Amino acid sequence: MTKLTFIAHDGTQFDVDAENGSTVMENAIRNAVPGIEAECGGACACATCHVYVDEAWTAEVGEPEAMEEDMLDFAYDVQPNSRLSCQIKVRDALDGLVVRVPERQG
Amino acid sequence: MTGIISTDVLIVGAGPVGLFAVFELGLFDMKCHLIDILDKPGGQCAELYPEKPIYDIPGWPSISAQGLVDKLLEQIHPFKPDFTYNRMVSSLEKLEDGSFRVTTDENEVFEAKVVVIAAGGGSFQPKRPPIPGIEPYEGKSVFYSVRRMEDFRGHDLVIVGGGDSALDWTLNLQPVAKSVTLVHRRPEFRAAPDSVNKMYAMQEMKQLAFKVGQVTGLTGADGQLSSATIKGGPEGDIEVPCTRMLPFFGLTMKLGPIAEWGLNLHENLIPVDTEKFQTSVPGIFAVGDINWYPGKLKLILSGFHEVALMAQAAKRIISPGERIVFQYTTSSTSLQKKLGVVE
Repeated sequence: MTKLTFIAHDGTQFDVDAENGSTVMENAIRNAVPGIEAECGGACACATCHVYVDEAWTAEVGEPEAMEEDMLDFAYDVQPNSRLSCQIKVRDALDGLVVRVPERQG
Repeated sequence: MTGIISTDVLIVGAGPVGLFAVFELGLFDMKCHLIDILDKPGGQCAELYPEKPIYDIPGWPSISAQGLVDKLLEQIHPFKPDFTYNRMVSSLEKLEDGSFRVTTDENEVFEAKVVVIAAGGGSFQPKRPPIPGIEPYEGKSVFYSVRRMEDFRGHDLVIVGGGDSALDWTLNLQPVAKSVTLVHRRPEFRAAPDSVNKMYAMQEMKQLAFKVGQVTGLTGADGQLSSATIKGGPEGDIEVPCTRMLPFFGLTMKLGPIAEWGLNLHENLIPVDTEKFQTSVPGIFAVGDINWYPGKLKLILSGFHEVALMAQAAKRIISPGERIVFQYTTSSTSLQKKLGVVE
């Protein structure tokens, strides 16, 4: 199991055990992390699972692909460390990953 | 207002479940009219993820969302449903004789004996951009669509976004507006490359301005915009004077006026029984993602099951007293005639 930490906009921290191969979004939904809506269910089609990757993790998590970058145009307050959590796959190297939930999803 | 359009069944929403409802209702000789806020059939399948494969449609190990919509349209073709696109149903009232009067946001009036709400996640509406304090300007100097190009004549116009809507309107309104500034988060665009090239060419000729960045604030008074603050671009924070703004931030789903139709709701969903999929108002049914009952799964295949049972109940309302004979399409000559597969 890989450990993930979600920090909700109000500062509440959610530590969760995630299965490798699942997406960060799926783990947010499974653990009822507030502020992750995932309207489209993970099809990279809505930009409502937007998160900020903790600065310590941006290099390991990597850059969004072109399609995700396109969807990020629809997100609220996009920063250089913005990602759509449905496009980040959990793997060993992400053990300890911290992501923050924006104030709102669009 | 044009004349009243009458139909047996009015279906609100032309997504996959609304489309298949036409089939099941058609087998019982009920004529359907569908209304959708989009400009095409298919709902989320067509609007959000047309090219994505779906793996849990029985009999189709993999089918693209648009492929499923196309097959459904082919399947319901024999029943000749009517479609009204680009309309939102704004009101729904029950008449004394038990039928329903439905009005759209363009004041078209429909009368139907039965109403089926197949509205999925609600109606697709333009997404409000992430600009604090935008609300007072909406409908006065900030617009989410162009109804008449003339409304923009002589204005300093800011268009925000990087898709086809943003680029198309930038090019189309450039000759009409006093000035056009296009604002997008990055220099890459989702829009057709041809439009992007045209835009850059016009920028070269100083016919319009393109700014990289995000609009973070608006200035103005009484709903009238005077300038927009743009941050995050190479020039740092800049102030662009403008009197009209057109943000194109895609679509989002909202329940919309359905909440005002007097139906019982459960967390923005419409509770139904699992025999008829009828709402708290007899004669109004709800199928697909918009309904709720114990054990509900938001799957297209669940919606298909729901419309088959709903059609039986709808038939009892439309043809009271008539005996309903359960038949298979495989063996029933009368059903095959309706489908146009036998003479």
